[in-house]
Amino acid sequence: MIQKPRPNRPRRQLLAVPAVLVLALAAACSNSSGKSTADATPTTTLSGDCAKYQPYAGHSGTKVTMYASILSPESDSLEKSWSEFSSCTGIKISYEGSNDFESQLQVRVTGGNAPDFAIIPQPGLLAQMVKTGKVVKPPAATVANEDKWNPVWKGYGSVNGTFYAAPMSANMKSLVWYSPKYFKQAGYQVPTTWADLMTLSDRIAKAGGGSKPWCGGIGSGTATGWPATDWLEEAVLGTYGGDVYDQWVSHQVKFSDPKIISAMQTVAGWMQNPAWVNGGIGDVKSIATTTFQDAGAPILTNKCWMLQQASFYQAQWAKGTKIGPDGDIFAFHLPAVNPAIPNPVEGGGEFLAAFSDRPEVQAVQNYLSSADWASSRVKVSTGWVSANQAVDKSLYTDPIDKLSADALTDPTATFRFDASDMMPAAIGAGQEWKSLTAWFAEGQAIPKVAADIDAAWPQ
Amino acid sequence: MSTQPATVPSKAVGAAEATGSAAVRKSFSSPLGSVFVIAVTVLWTIPTFGLLATSLRPKQAVAASGWWEIFVHPQLILSNYHTVLFDGGFGVSAGMMPFLVNSLAISIPATIFPLVLAAMAAYALAWVRFRGSDTVFFIIFALQVVPLQMALIPLLQLFSGGAHLGGLTIIPAFDLHGTYVPVWLAHTMFALPLATFLLHNFISQLPRDLMEAAVVDGASHFKIFRSIVLPLCTPALASFAIFEFLWVWNDLLVALTFAGGTPEVAPMTVRLAQLSGSFGGRWEVLTAGAFLSLIVPLIVFFSLQRYFVRGLLAGSVKG
Repeated sequence: MIQKPRPNRPRRQLLAVPAVLVLALAAACSNSSGKSTADATPTTTLSGDCAKYQPYAGHSGTKVTMYASILSPESDSLEKSWSEFSSCTGIKISYEGSNDFESQLQVRVTGGNAPDFAIIPQPGLLAQMVKTGKVVKPPAATVANEDKWNPVWKGYGSVNGTFYAAPMSANMKSLVWYSPKYFKQAGYQVPTTWADLMTLSDRIAKAGGGSKPWCGGIGSGTATGWPATDWLEEAVLGTYGGDVYDQWVSHQVKFSDPKIISAMQTVAGWMQNPAWVNGGIGDVKSIATTTFQDAGAPILTNKCWMLQQASFYQAQWAKGTKIGPDGDIFAFHLPAVNPAIPNPVEGGGEFLAAFSDRPEVQAVQNYLSSADWASSRVKVSTGWVSANQAVDKSLYTDPIDKLSADALTDPTATFRFDASDMMPAAIGAGQEWKSLTAWFAEGQAIPKVAADIDAAWPQ
Repeated sequence: MSTQPATVPSKAVGAAEATGSAAVRKSFSSPLGSVFVIAVTVLWTIPTFGLLATSLRPKQAVAASGWWEIFVHPQLILSNYHTVLFDGGFGVSAGMMPFLVNSLAISIPATIFPLVLAAMAAYALAWVRFRGSDTVFFIIFALQVVPLQMALIPLLQLFSGGAHLGGLTIIPAFDLHGTYVPVWLAHTMFALPLATFLLHNFISQLPRDLMEAAVVDGASHFKIFRSIVLPLCTPALASFAIFEFLWVWNDLLVALTFAGGTPEVAPMTVRLAQLSGSFGGRWEVLTAGAFLSLIVPLIVFFSLQRYFVRGLLAGSVKG
């Protein structure tokens, strides 16, 4: 053993260095936390262009934080849409986007570091957040703005019957992308019923010529499999309507229920039909290995005729592709499998949940739930649709946005939210993705796929 | 790096070191050894080269074909770098620059703090005799096995809510949100066990005669630490500084949790993660950003690398 030296007065001087460090830390933190605590002056009157923001006035010099999964360039449009509101009312909205949003939000909320707002794209995640007890109920004005929406939306922003989060954007998933140019050349009509769609697919397959009627891709990094959940959801909603769909979401109707099995068989006859897929890419199995972004490209070269994908797929077409009813690419509304189901529309959307009831937070919440804000966002750039019925439809300049907005605000439509976003994350963002991917990649039997998903359902 | 003889883990320590490293050097200078080393180096460099090639190709080309197509259809552009460096987004007008500053503001203090604390702790544990010093050292050593992820939420709760026992406030809730401080503290805490362990092994091997001579001359512990220990353990300090700097620079998880992604405090890694876009399709911008973020670690590495090998070997192999 080494004999250790024993000098005279060790402790006091050793302590000096950490003390200096602590001082440095304290100094640094007092410098960098420059939060303004300006007094609210509720008597402010806004005039000129700012006059319309009068209801939100009186919180000048405040700041709210917002956390979401939307990234640049989409988030830039979002920030632009409320820049006038911010400069008029003096409420700064500090936006933060992250592609680890789903996991980070839970860490921050349980860690006591919740943002003022979170834009939550899944009702399932909203329910989880409400369970933490940190989500604040919206003010009366936000609730009143809710009347302008199809009532089903209010349900998706509610947890156990209590309304928490107002919807912001909406997207339409029940679309089939096709090429009007090639349809016209071949003399094909856009099908309006499921039977027509199947007949058309068969006709295209028989015509041959190196092209197939359908293409698809379910690859999406760690989220691989989600496009396949959409196909199944379309089949369930289009065959049985909203009630069975809701029961399926809450697991009252299991995956191994004969109804869901039959819907899976519908999908198998459509997207796993070797004569119909995968146009321009390969065989049925290639659907599992193709990324959803690349899946539609063969339509441009006429190797494939149709792709079922959501409205946001528009961003994936190469620059210079003309999108419109008489262009290179357009989309039609996927018809219901069962003609008795009125106009099924499957969609997604985002909900604004607040974690604070400070007056400036409520002002922002009220503004973002209004039709004024939705119109402002529509004007900034295309590729964004609101299901708010008070938004002037003539504002939509893009044909796909117009098509989606018409379907989403149609009062007769059977609108339902993406089921996998509402199921528990262990299923909707886990086992269902895995099992459906295995279904496409390995050709697993339908009963096994269904049983695997049921087995993983959290008790 | 791989051409340097000392990186080869060698049993030769002390007297045997000279002959051992000579043998290694000899075996690497043989033609077969050279070919092997060159082959490994080339293989090792291919992914980095692919990254560079992708960052120089236009968006359509990146989406359509692999980077190796660059040899067949050389179509090189610099606009991806321009986008990353100067184009706005997320409320930032200057592109990558504010995030680069944040990265430096996080990495440099988060390297210095654990280094200072760990060096002092290592000295105390190695040379100051007090009851239970071995136990303390063992506990610190054992803390290395605690995964960082387990501490994220409790630590965040501590920063945002303080610590309370019943009605008694033990640590008050500091309003640290939106500052660098939580990130510094978190990185410092996570680095201390390994830093103390490595430096302890190095410092405890310093010759006892030196310490005794200093005590005889009337030097205090602080004097010994400052005048003898610190200069002698520069290699160990430098090598750990490189380690810790690279770790903090490349860290995303701690920064995301404790700093958030606002442009005021978020480091480059957070920005890089955002660059690929909502649907993860913007590879050309992501690769350009990744390449830019390589520059600072390379500068740090090359300026301190002569200490690297010496320091780590000395600290890890206890004689």
